[in-house]
Amino acid sequence: MQQELRELYQQVILDHNKAPRNFRKIENPTNYAEGYNPLCGDNVTVYLMIDDNNIIQDISFQGSGCAISKASASLMTSILKGKTVEEAEKLFNKFHDLVTDKLGDNFSVDEFGKLAVFAGVREFPARVKCASLAWHTMLNALHNKNEKVVTE
Amino acid sequence: MSIRSDAALPSVNTVYDVNRIREDFPILKQIVHGKPLVYLDNAATTQKPLQVLKELEKYYYTMNANIHRGVHALSQEATEAYEGSRIKIKKFINALGKNEIIFTRGTTESINLVAQTYGRKNFHEGDEIIISHMEHHSNIVPWQLICEERKAKLRVIPIDENGELVFEEFEKMLNEKTKFVSIVYASNSLGTVNPVKKIIDLAHSFNVPVLIDAAQAVNHLRIDVQELDCDFLAFSGHKLYGPTGIGILYGKVNHLDTMPPYQGGGDMISKVTFEKTLYNELPYKFEAGTPNIAGAIGLGAAIDYVEKIGIENIAKHENDLLEYATEKISELKGLRIIGTSKNKISVLSFVLENVHPHDVGTFLDFEGVAIRTGHHCTQPVMDRYGIPATSRASFGMYNTFDEVDVLVHGLKKILEVFG
Repeated sequence: MQQELRELYQQVILDHNKAPRNFRKIENPTNYAEGYNPLCGDNVTVYLMIDDNNIIQDISFQGSGCAISKASASLMTSILKGKTVEEAEKLFNKFHDLVTDKLGDNFSVDEFGKLAVFAGVREFPARVKCASLAWHTMLNALHNKNEKVVTE
Repeated sequence: MSIRSDAALPSVNTVYDVNRIREDFPILKQIVHGKPLVYLDNAATTQKPLQVLKELEKYYYTMNANIHRGVHALSQEATEAYEGSRIKIKKFINALGKNEIIFTRGTTESINLVAQTYGRKNFHEGDEIIISHMEHHSNIVPWQLICEERKAKLRVIPIDENGELVFEEFEKMLNEKTKFVSIVYASNSLGTVNPVKKIIDLAHSFNVPVLIDAAQAVNHLRIDVQELDCDFLAFSGHKLYGPTGIGILYGKVNHLDTMPPYQGGGDMISKVTFEKTLYNELPYKFEAGTPNIAGAIGLGAAIDYVEKIGIENIAKHENDLLEYATEKISELKGLRIIGTSKNKISVLSFVLENVHPHDVGTFLDFEGVAIRTGHHCTQPVMDRYGIPATSRASFGMYNTFDEVDVLVHGLKKILEVFG
């Protein structure tokens, strides 16, 4: 596999695509939202259970999409569980900056942890929407905006 | 051009020297991600031969001028070339007269023109318009728009699991309320070639006019509008090895004559006063404004090129490629072909178990292979099969059996990675 392609489809991404984490529905969620990418037909629903202290007690997703979008949703849910709403919003911004190449190479892998695997998306402008769909949907869910997110 | 020296030689004899044809398409010599370009996205648009590119260059270098009514030399030359193209197109589809050939921006505009003029004039509340489940969005939405406006009803002929029309349903659907049938000749996402002659004859027995969307058929099937007896036929230049932004609407004179104009402006009038405007004769009534002159001339050159090789020879070559590719990819584990009609144009749509088409597209791109992934502007077809998208390889006159091997090799690599 060529270097660029290997950076896009890292092993972590392939693993999460094959066995997505938190791929289920939460019954009676406190927050949820749907997202759709009409360009490729990807769709995702993000469910959240947020407690009175604004802590994300549980987060899950369902839907269909390419490896990038599925792995992104899967990793997102693993990382956000236990975080506060405020932390989730901050992570959204950081993730967005990473995949849209606002950070250039000035990002620390430590800071991003597992999310750093999505740095490869920067080289594929057509695939940025795939990586960010779940995150945009999660942000809408946090604010209980239940209208469908549409990214294209 | 041999891409892989170890490629198995197919047992099929090609009908012409494909390497000689490839020489006419300089773009095919490109390297993409370090690999020779394998262009298998011909159903989206075809590449243009040197003969077309040279004609475009010649027009802008030596005769650019506005057409019609010009008394100077360049204008007359440009008019002659533009109208000469119209005659080539008339012959190509065997229309009765050149006044039945209207230049548009493409198939989409041609269909919109008919919906907005014929439809607005003739559709009334409770009328029924018939299309099929395999239409491109461009043969759905224009009818939805006019049906909404005129309170008419859109009816849809279903398709079966192979991607073929359920003809009996069409027979049942026709009645005295039916006012129009608009149907695709060959499906862009399934490849299915529809029995359009049968459809037209049956519709005519109910006095219902028929529009044929020939966007995908025109580069593969010999089209004879008199033999088909269709009322309208639409196609685009860019899928026929010509330029983008130019297309054709064929219409029978008796319809075109009674239809109101589509757009108002220059060229479509014979006399304008503030009290009343008299419209120009056919086909100019439907060609308001300065048209895509270079595009029309380029399309004429493309038709010359296609006729020189022979559309029947092109079809034979493409059918051989489709047959070879279908056989080869059918061997891949977890691959399902979408669109398995016996009568197909060279479109091969498929889905891979556990691999999304978008990932297939990106991986193949790194093998130099250009295919299309997505819903192909046929979302109802995707819904019919319960899939979000397909990967689609589509073949043109210049593709080779070696290129099919590169595609299959790329797919094998994808299956290894996603295993």
